[in-house]
Amino acid sequence: MKQYETVIGLEVHVELATKTKIFCGCSTAFGGAENSHTCPVCTGMPGSLPVLNKKVVEYAVAVGLATNCTITQNCKFDRKNYFYPDNPQNYQISQLYLPICRNGGIEIETEEGGKKTVGIHEIHMEEDAGKLVHDEYGENSLVDFNRSGVPLIEIVSEPDMRSAEEVIAYLEKLRLIIQYLGASDCKLQEGSMRADVNLSIREVGTEEFGTRTEMKNLNSFKAIARAIEGERERQIDLLEAGEKVVQETRRWDDAKEYSYAMRSKEDAQDYRYFPEPDLVPVIISDEWLKEIKERQPELRTEKLERYKREFQIPDYDAGIITSNKHLADIFEETTAICNNPKKVSNWLMVETMRLLKEHEMEVEEIKFSPENLAKLIKLTDENQINSSVAKEVFEKIFDEDIDPEQYVEENGLRTVSDDGALRSTIEKVIAENPKSVEDYKSGKKKAIGFLVGQTMKAMQGKADPGMVNKILTELLQ
Amino acid sequence: MANVISDETIEYVGILAKLELSEAEKERAKKDMGEMLDYIDKLNELDTSEVEPMSHVFPVNNVFREDEVTNGDGREKTLANAPARKEDTFEVPKTIV
Ligand SMILES: [Zn+2]
Repeated sequence: MKQYETVIGLEVHVELATKTKIFCGCSTAFGGAENSHTCPVCTGMPGSLPVLNKKVVEYAVAVGLATNCTITQNCKFDRKNYFYPDNPQNYQISQLYLPICRNGGIEIETEEGGKKTVGIHEIHMEEDAGKLVHDEYGENSLVDFNRSGVPLIEIVSEPDMRSAEEVIAYLEKLRLIIQYLGASDCKLQEGSMRADVNLSIREVGTEEFGTRTEMKNLNSFKAIARAIEGERERQIDLLEAGEKVVQETRRWDDAKEYSYAMRSKEDAQDYRYFPEPDLVPVIISDEWLKEIKERQPELRTEKLERYKREFQIPDYDAGIITSNKHLADIFEETTAICNNPKKVSNWLMVETMRLLKEHEMEVEEIKFSPENLAKLIKLTDENQINSSVAKEVFEKIFDEDIDPEQYVEENGLRTVSDDGALRSTIEKVIAENPKSVEDYKSGKKKAIGFLVGQTMKAMQGKADPGMVNKILTELLQ
Repeated sequence: MANVISDETIEYVGILAKLELSEAEKERAKKDMGEMLDYIDKLNELDTSEVEPMSHVFPVNNVFREDEVTNGDGREKTLANAPARKEDTFEVPKTIV
């Protein structure tokens, strides 16, 4: 068989974190009753006029600057025409001729440990469509326009990626940048970040691109990786069988691990774009650009360096904590309260990671409060609880965000610091375990471990192991 | 008339606009569209290489809204325009993606 190379470009839609829609004062909040966040503008009523949300421009410019794009300082909107029930105007306001950002790129790390730049062709602003639900019991479809007019940016990459790994690396990098900017929460599962994959294959060594297909409906990194593998194989099979790849849009079915051609409409893709007459041009002055640049929050690389410098956190740990904005936020908020960055980092790096893995959860799903983690750290710092009790309490914090002080109190988990009580328990343990005592005295120093264990058990875990060890050694002399 | 619109073009434009035209309407549309293109050709005779393309009829730019919620629950007003309503949604003929 011939050697093939996969050529991949991505179109990533990101829902911006604005409070209101792109062209009207309707809320973008999730969870409202169907059609409660609608008005004449976002439902395409005749005579209504769109007015651009300034924040949308600022977020788009911020993302463009952070991805090394050139900002189109004189940009405008265009009208993309198509008929579909989720699109009440029969057109989508988007940008074709003068997109707000062009010619950028971000650096990713490749599997071989090298670096590679994935080019960004353009970023444009546009509006989202409504939601179409198929009525399972009826003959009809149902439309909710709450999402209609929610601001999106579409980030179009160059066809620079060659494997699923590179695609994931690019998406992760992009997501991190956008989350740090606060421009979007970028949740794939909830659809605030959506990726369409354009894929073609060509024989290794060929310059020319093969015919590409576009895949939609990819809502997790795993689905994206599987879809790329599946589509690559499908295209190779076609070429090997002497057939041709047809340029089309395909829908990935992750359960069946296969993509299906979406019913090609008679009109294929002829959107008859024209300049949007209802909106005036957007002029981004040098001053405005400078203002947006100056407002840019600390990005990942700067944060990582600061953690190392300010908190003396090792490079590896700082790398993990800053790899996710949510994790970095928890770290900083907890540290601000308890002023013990090393311990905070340790709880996040070890126990938090372990529990996330155990529950198959994403970092974004962490729901405990910095206040409660800080209280737990204070309890351990003051030796009020020992490390095994602390782990047990942390699990409760992780699962239910309980108040550790109250929990320790209610469950009587506080370490017994009363020297007398501890001493009498140890004396009892020594009396009950003559064999171990003998072993210890005859030189088997390890036997003390058993005696510590027995003491901890007798104390129901509420003793400081260091203290137990000290008293035991003393009594055994 | 210099521009002649073919039957295929009229058919295609009709599909894009979701219009069903009778034979007589098609002929009339072919003639109208041909004349429009002739007029564009006439405009093209003018040398505009030194002229900035106009992006809007009014010399206005940067009309913005602040990102503040100004609309409340618009459900009843919006759904008042629904040809068919089911609970709080628009009911439309079954559409398959
Ligand atoms: Zn609205």
